[in-house]
Amino acid sequence: MPQYPNRQFLDFEQPIKTLYEEIEKLKHTAEKSKIDMTDSISKLEDAIITKRKEITEHLTPWQRVQLSRHPDRPYTSKYIHKIFSNFIELHGDRNVKDDKAMVGGFAQLNDETVMVIGQQKGINTKTRQQRNFGMANPEGYRKALRLMKLAEKFNKPVICLIDTPGAYPGLEAEERGQGEAIARNIYEMIRLKVPIVIVIIGEGASGGALGIGVGDKTLMMENTWYTVISPESCSSILWRSWDKKEIAAEQLRLTATDMKGFGLVDEIVPEPIGGAHWDYDEAATILKQHIATALQEIKPLRAEQRITNRIEKYGKMGFWNEVPITENNHQ
Amino acid sequence: MKKEREEDLDQNLTGEETANPAGEIKPKWYSRIRQGITTSTADKKETPEGLWSKCPQCNFICTTSELRENLFVCSKCNYHHRIGSEEYFEIIFDNNTYTELFDNIQSKDFLNFTDLKNYQKRLDEIHSKTDLKDSMRVAVGKINGEEMVIACMDFEFIGGSLGSVMGEKFSRAVDYCIEHKLPYLVISKSGGARMMESAFSLMQLAKTSGKLSQLSDAQLPYISLLTDPTFGGISASFGMLGDLNIAEPGALIGFAGPRVIKETIKKDLPEGFQRSEFLLEHGFLDFIVDRKQLKEKLHKLIVLFKG
Repeated sequence: MPQYPNRQFLDFEQPIKTLYEEIEKLKHTAEKSKIDMTDSISKLEDAIITKRKEITEHLTPWQRVQLSRHPDRPYTSKYIHKIFSNFIELHGDRNVKDDKAMVGGFAQLNDETVMVIGQQKGINTKTRQQRNFGMANPEGYRKALRLMKLAEKFNKPVICLIDTPGAYPGLEAEERGQGEAIARNIYEMIRLKVPIVIVIIGEGASGGALGIGVGDKTLMMENTWYTVISPESCSSILWRSWDKKEIAAEQLRLTATDMKGFGLVDEIVPEPIGGAHWDYDEAATILKQHIATALQEIKPLRAEQRITNRIEKYGKMGFWNEVPITENNHQ
Repeated sequence: MKKEREEDLDQNLTGEETANPAGEIKPKWYSRIRQGITTSTADKKETPEGLWSKCPQCNFICTTSELRENLFVCSKCNYHHRIGSEEYFEIIFDNNTYTELFDNIQSKDFLNFTDLKNYQKRLDEIHSKTDLKDSMRVAVGKINGEEMVIACMDFEFIGGSLGSVMGEKFSRAVDYCIEHKLPYLVISKSGGARMMESAFSLMQLAKTSGKLSQLSDAQLPYISLLTDPTFGGISASFGMLGDLNIAEPGALIGFAGPRVIKETIKKDLPEGFQRSEFLLEHGFLDFIVDRKQLKEKLHKLIVLFKG
């Protein structure tokens, strides 16, 4: 049973908070009056689990977005430390600086060396600023590419963990070519000779996500979102108001179930009941298993085959009508 | 004195005509009896029609036929008016002779996406208003005798937005280039990805990049011409991936739009920020090309690549 202190609750998680508070009260009374209340407490603990289940069963797309941004949700570094061993972080793009919003380095997954890369968010005000809220600058994407090329050189698979509200829209970012950096990464990832497994572990916002998001297998955790624009920005542009984010989230079809249904991601990774923030260990154990399985599936293929498969896979994405051809010579 | 044009680029992606932003209220000397001018300025720039045309930068007034003769470039301040595929094909291809390819691919509303309007309805409306079928047209023709494939965007069509159709046309154009061993030119003019196609539009970035890698393996040149404006998904994919990246003078080019950046950093942007000249200075363009030299330059490049 996860501990109560310092836990944060979203609006729709409030019933769980109430249950926790009841437990606290009971514990307090038990201590005071020396009455055994273990039974009532364990009943309430069961009720918490049931509530967690209930809540996640009926989530709206917008609530999923909220869960993906849950302040207690595990971020990239948490997963790296729980899933991999012997992680050595590598820094810098060898050009401008070290982007703290993007982390990466060699690590071992079940005794096999891999390169793991991902956006990193902060856990308090200070680190959030340091990590720029998980919004990478061009040097972050270039660092990621440098590490991927390093992995390619030594024939190690690449694992990317995506959690970003988008690439940073800043002045320096534009000066240093944010568009070019993302474009280059997408292009190079398509051609990378080693296996690539992508996991959306939180927010998967647009080009900022795809900049480290092209691979052989794309996994999406249950309570995450992945699409072309954040629901808030979409609302502000298409509805001309910031208040339609719930509708935008619905219309964008950004949940893992939708994305799997469209064939745009390969697999959904289940999370502990109520979301990954309820149990880091369990979330990491499930994810580890899925990454390992995905890797085993793509590793036996020849490098050229993987690249061809990638081009074909992305080539099939899209929908259109094709009407009969009419010769159209313009003279 | 150059006037910085301020425009909300995102607004173009809604596929709606932009209304004039309500400016500050000035004391009136005369009042208008009836509303005479109903066309928005955005429209006027896009397709200079009617007898007269005013340059949005220097206010120089000339007849539209004069402007057309001058390739839609202001003869006073060299401002490059926004033009569409029809005009670019006419400017570049010999005798305005070309064969349009893949114009049988059309957008559909697979997700039943509805914002203020339904996506399908939006598409139908544009189809009935213009001759355009989508935001990109592909054609093959000759440039001073040298054959080339050109894919050109139309900003008029939902802000030149990148959706499944553009991705598919782009891809087939690459296949065509490989099959016929031809160089490839893409003329970009777009606000970014088409939100009404959600994640499908995002995946076009990977799709087009994959095709470019095949073009690269075939050792065929790919030239990316960026024109005003080019943003978002275009600059984060094939727009910036040219063997040569070139641009028209004064074009706004970037990843994030100026409004978003301004809101993020809460500071005014320096003059000339995200213009072609700025990009050239920062090393992201090979050169800037005047529209009047475009055809000659392209021809020269093809010859150089061939020789």
